[in-house]
Amino acid sequence: MKFRNGRLVAVAAVALTASLGLAACGSDSSGSSGGDSSKASITFMPKNLGNPYFDASDSGGKKAVEELGGTYDEVGPDTATPDGQVSFINTAAQQGVGAIVISADDPKAPCSALQQAMSAGTKVVTFDSDTGPSCRDLFINQASAEGIAKTQVDLIAKEIGDSGEIAILSAAANATNQNAWIDLMKKDLADHPKIKLVDTVYGNDDDQTSFDKTAALLSDHPNLKGIISPTTVGIAAAARYLDTSSSKGKVALTGLGTPNQMRKYVKDGTVTSFALWNPSDLGYLAAYAADALIKGDITGKEGDTFKAGDLGQYKVGADGEVLLGDPYVFDKSNIDKFKF
Amino acid sequence: MTATSVTPAAVRQYRSYSHSWWRRTLLTREFAIIGLLVVVFLYATVNVANFDSPLTIYFLGLDNAEIMLIALPMALVIITGEIDLSVASVVGLSSVMVGLLHQDAGLSIPLAGLIAIAVGVVAGAFNGFLVAYVGLPSLAVTIGTMALYRGLAVGLLGTTAKTDFPEKWTKLAQDHIGTSRYPLIVLPILVLIAVFVWLLHFSPFGRGIYEIGLNDEAAHFSGVNVERTKFILFILTAAVSAFAGIYITLRTGNARGDNATGDELKVVAAVLLGGVSIFGGRGRLHGVIAGVLLIGVIQSAMRLENQTVNLINIVIGVLLVFSVMATAFLAWLQRLRGGRVPTLGLLRRRTPAAR
Repeated sequence: MKFRNGRLVAVAAVALTASLGLAACGSDSSGSSGGDSSKASITFMPKNLGNPYFDASDSGGKKAVEELGGTYDEVGPDTATPDGQVSFINTAAQQGVGAIVISADDPKAPCSALQQAMSAGTKVVTFDSDTGPSCRDLFINQASAEGIAKTQVDLIAKEIGDSGEIAILSAAANATNQNAWIDLMKKDLADHPKIKLVDTVYGNDDDQTSFDKTAALLSDHPNLKGIISPTTVGIAAAARYLDTSSSKGKVALTGLGTPNQMRKYVKDGTVTSFALWNPSDLGYLAAYAADALIKGDITGKEGDTFKAGDLGQYKVGADGEVLLGDPYVFDKSNIDKFKF
Repeated sequence: MTATSVTPAAVRQYRSYSHSWWRRTLLTREFAIIGLLVVVFLYATVNVANFDSPLTIYFLGLDNAEIMLIALPMALVIITGEIDLSVASVVGLSSVMVGLLHQDAGLSIPLAGLIAIAVGVVAGAFNGFLVAYVGLPSLAVTIGTMALYRGLAVGLLGTTAKTDFPEKWTKLAQDHIGTSRYPLIVLPILVLIAVFVWLLHFSPFGRGIYEIGLNDEAAHFSGVNVERTKFILFILTAAVSAFAGIYITLRTGNARGDNATGDELKVVAAVLLGGVSIFGGRGRLHGVIAGVLLIGVIQSAMRLENQTVNLINIVIGVLLVFSVMATAFLAWLQRLRGGRVPTLGLLRRRTPAAR
């Protein structure tokens, strides 16, 4: 009795093995890409897959890797959780890829995995969201605070003819980056003596609050000629209000927004132009930086320079940061090229 | 049973004389899983690019350490016919304790770790008290404490993380043994394996565990202290989980309330894949160890092939269902041969199953 069962177990084991082997074979054909370390293999790791913003940045990276003749790969978790990228980082290190280009889900959680990958010889470039400087070779910074502030002031100045009352619609009153930008904008406005900043209101990055604050701004300041909203939620809500109000076309609106949110308002003339960085340029630059690291052209120390294809020459700043440049300005002529 | 039956002093049973000892050792579910592990490992070494790199073994050890650690006591709990679903929450709680005690209270890592394990012991004692002495079903109790301990962990730290740990300790958690490819965490795992193998297979306490799983009333009347055994097992499980929590915290440099979320099911899956019966009374630790490694190797190999997490989960899920079905199927076949009325799913609690 026992032996018969034993034999059955053995048969079952063989069947299980066979089924697993078949499953593994099936998977074999679909995707074996990593591993060839003789060429520059660069793995992009977005915060999560299926995010239009990262689709745009990674397509820029893919273009660069193809120009360089390397191997491009994109892996990542389905949802952005703090440690969701760790297993992908470990796998990339095992595959011996030349470089990981990652937008970190968490500044700390993937850190030790990235350090292990670096000690295994893989270069690490962060973009969009940085980790600490000790966990990567380079950080590709999308825009500096000075650049963000200056671009928005320049845009509004151009649209209102460099004179008149303007207001700022910000996010939360204690948002660090918002306040830093607002302070820098005030400094830049000193160069535009005829522009007067009459009010700063806070929409808390909430659509309805931002909408209501825009309405209040327009009734409180009948001579208002322009609004700057350096937050994607704020600018979209303000545009929605302006679109239906009598002020449409009379009050200029600009700020930081995404093409998908703003497309309609740019096309119907509510908004002339707004700014953000170009994510595909960001991915493109990150790929070139990774390639320069792999080839040993640069080590990531301050003062290193490298050429990034069409974008030109770049220089590594303090803490291994590379600045993409001034924000990208979106208007009617180019907005349809962007799908994020 | 197998170990004793080869010696002349063994209990004389009909089955002891039916086949030679190696057949009874090798033709078991445990060895089916070990065989499968060897086959998958060899297949991956030959066919999967980079599977043979030293880093693979290293990450295999690092990534599966906590599952392996917790699976050992969990196997004992399941063999008694109980279950502990609160283990991953204890991991989270212990992680938060280490983070808070080290960074806010300024305690050293060893002291913070000891207190975290003590908290784990208390958590396990609470589980054990409710299951063993109050007599509540462990499934219900530990589903409750799973939420309770996770709630405490997340409540203590909120959604933030403590991330400042001395490099000496975070490095230690990721260190290699000498210059080998094995991570240092393998050493405590080996020690715990030795302890639990002795406890389950070579001690009277372990015989009691099997007795309880087969029939706890009979176990009680044959002199096994059922309550104390279960109580001790729940404490052991939580204490080992707390240790795993310290390891995860140092390894990732992250103390978070949501660390190891969902790991309780990974542990139970590995234990069941290793041939332990969910109804209790059956199972051996070499099968459990092979079960953990099999899941780890499949995950690692499929990740290297750039498969998605979903597909990996599907393969492991199918494997688990097959392995559980194989037991039920064999039992059904045995009944069919014995001329009894066959029905699938006859494998009820406390029915000694086919081996």
